[in-house]
Amino acid sequence: MSTDEKTLNRPVIDSSACATCPMHNAGNLLKLGVDMTDWDYVLALAGNPNTGKSTVFNALTGLRQHTGNWPGKTVARAEGGYSYNGNRYKIVDLPGTYSLLSTSLDEEVARDFILFGQPDVTVIIVDATRLERNLNLVLQVLEITDRAVLCLNLIDEARRYNLEIDERRLARDLGIPVVPCVARTGEGLPELLKAIEGVATGEIVCRPYRLKSESPGIRHALDTLVPKIEAAYPGLPNARWVALRLLDGDQGIAQALRSGAIGELNQPAPEPQEGASIPLEVVA
Amino acid sequence: MTTAILPTDSATVVDELLQTAENLRWEAGPDFHEHLMEEIYEDAARLADRAVVWPDEEPRFDLDRTIDRVVTSRIFGFPLMILLFALVFWITIVGANIPSQWLSNILIGTIYPLLHEGADAINMPWWLSGVLIDGMYLATAWVVSVMLPPMAIFFPLFSLLEDFGYLPRVSFNLDNAFRKAGAHGKQSLSMMMGFGCNAAGVVATRVIDSPRERLIAIITNNFALCNGRWPTQILIATLFIGALVPAYFAGLISALAVVFIAVLGVVFTFLVSWSLSRTMLKGQVSTFSLELPPYRPPQVLRTIGTSFVDRTLYVLWRAVVFAMPAGAVIWLISNVTIGGTSIAEYMINFLNPFGILIGLNGIILVAYIVAIPANEIVIPTILMLSVLVTGAHAGSGAGVMFQLDSMQETKAILVAGGFTLLTAINLMLFSLVHNPCSTTIYTIYKETSSKRWAAVSALLPLLMGFVLTFVVAQLWRLFIGPG
Repeated sequence: MSTDEKTLNRPVIDSSACATCPMHNAGNLLKLGVDMTDWDYVLALAGNPNTGKSTVFNALTGLRQHTGNWPGKTVARAEGGYSYNGNRYKIVDLPGTYSLLSTSLDEEVARDFILFGQPDVTVIIVDATRLERNLNLVLQVLEITDRAVLCLNLIDEARRYNLEIDERRLARDLGIPVVPCVARTGEGLPELLKAIEGVATGEIVCRPYRLKSESPGIRHALDTLVPKIEAAYPGLPNARWVALRLLDGDQGIAQALRSGAIGELNQPAPEPQEGASIPLEVVA
Repeated sequence: MTTAILPTDSATVVDELLQTAENLRWEAGPDFHEHLMEEIYEDAARLADRAVVWPDEEPRFDLDRTIDRVVTSRIFGFPLMILLFALVFWITIVGANIPSQWLSNILIGTIYPLLHEGADAINMPWWLSGVLIDGMYLATAWVVSVMLPPMAIFFPLFSLLEDFGYLPRVSFNLDNAFRKAGAHGKQSLSMMMGFGCNAAGVVATRVIDSPRERLIAIITNNFALCNGRWPTQILIATLFIGALVPAYFAGLISALAVVFIAVLGVVFTFLVSWSLSRTMLKGQVSTFSLELPPYRPPQVLRTIGTSFVDRTLYVLWRAVVFAMPAGAVIWLISNVTIGGTSIAEYMINFLNPFGILIGLNGIILVAYIVAIPANEIVIPTILMLSVLVTGAHAGSGAGVMFQLDSMQETKAILVAGGFTLLTAINLMLFSLVHNPCSTTIYTIYKETSSKRWAAVSALLPLLMGFVLTFVVAQLWRLFIGPG
């Protein structure tokens, strides 16, 4: 961590100031009931149930929401905030879900917030001892947003089980910063704050892993549908995901297209610039 | 770009897009979702495999699994569960006594007379000091001294069990029973929340996907004994059930009586779920996977701290907010007289025949009407009304809740008001099975957006409570005595 730390401070020239401007999506957030009056950036906390989202939330905000060692503790959205390096961050703690693809109320709350709220950073909390299952959700989140940080929580338990996790390789594979931490004790939180700041300010540009779609049926359908969506909504950051949802028969998304809610999402995402992005290992 | 995109234009573009998607869906076939999930799982497995190095050999002794084998065992699972909860209640009952006394001495023994002296000093009219001090202040003081100590002990203990990871094991144990009752296994989670607060339990049912099973979970959440009702159970069990046995057994027997009521609530949850899923809410049981989290050593001090602030103070605040106006109402109905008889006495006399029929009395029924906003104030109201009717405690005026120097005195007032062992038992039963508090009813209305289901959730348990207490009273009078 320490060796490359200074590279974090290297200024990055960002052509699309609009997208990194703090207020660029305030309208959508307002609609979701998030008051942005006093905040510069908004973060979403996503993750499987019982991975410690609420603990991370408390650790970051200093709030004392009760956390419990059982899945499904948080069913509604909890909100809090903190200030870091002069910027004020608002955190929205989403309900824990195993996927974003079904129709239960808690999954819809989480999905709608990431899709329509367009948080500046989505912090995905995963349980380091159950990485494989947790990655299912991570991949789905990365289909929707490209501004994410992976918080590899409960790394102490992983150590107890003698698991070794190569977080640098994971960061390279996923294309987003990966920060190992123990939210209960606060270990790794400074690094997490720094990574969040990097992604929020556009200093770190993510190139998230996208599903490969090996099966010919899916690939053909996507190849046909994605260009049409991109033509209809130029600049939509997650056309592929919208296509996947439509192909899956998701009525909520079809409705969002009809009502125009999706059309309002097509602000240009920050263009990744060759050479300008920072090697992801620095935060790992 | 100003007028190029007409609404009709974009609408046709969207329609065309959706049509294309629909056609492609047919081409992709019905297995699209499974294919997609498979791909996600494969990618996740590959990425995880690259990043994780597993230990060379499995550890020989796995503590988590060993604990799980015991606490979810077919033989030990349930007895252990009951034993653990009995222990929690026993600690609560035994531990709460002394601080309760202490708080009552300060709030009612010391501050209350001071307030009266102050009111006299500034020549406050008697009706105003009556409403403010004898009504609102005393109701609040009573609620604080009776509720704060048991909650301050019970909630942290419960939170410690929760943080340790025991609650999902309870769900695991109960899952099979829920499935047989035609309900969703996750209902055990919302039920657990209900033991804290039914309104919170109703909100927690959001984790259940199927609307049918969610409704079952919402309607039956009331049978999870909420914290507003624990003090009633604990006090009545201590006064009447514990008194049946020698003093050194009293704490244990009282605790077991409370556990019995709580378990009975779980039994009712199953029975009502079962009958709902066969009558009003027919349908298939959906499956789900429940993750058993690893056991984690709880952070004792932090847990005690957060549960004190989040639960104890929160619930206490709610009780106080409801107790103050209720105190005023109690004082007023006891002091406003029509033809020499107070409104409270009219109500009690009117409800008494029905109350006696179901093994309760008019006082209890009036108390439950006054306590619709919050179950916490049932006991204070009953005591106050008993004094009014019996004319005991000549020192205080009508509708004045007073200091209770000892448990014996509390019991003496109740007995003078007509309490018997049958009344005590039926009060415990009725406290478990009656309409939820107004906050919970309102939460149910908000969650279901249906007046009909809110009404069902309120009236079904009330009706059940009347039937249950009636049957118990008739059996009691048939086999044991007049009661």
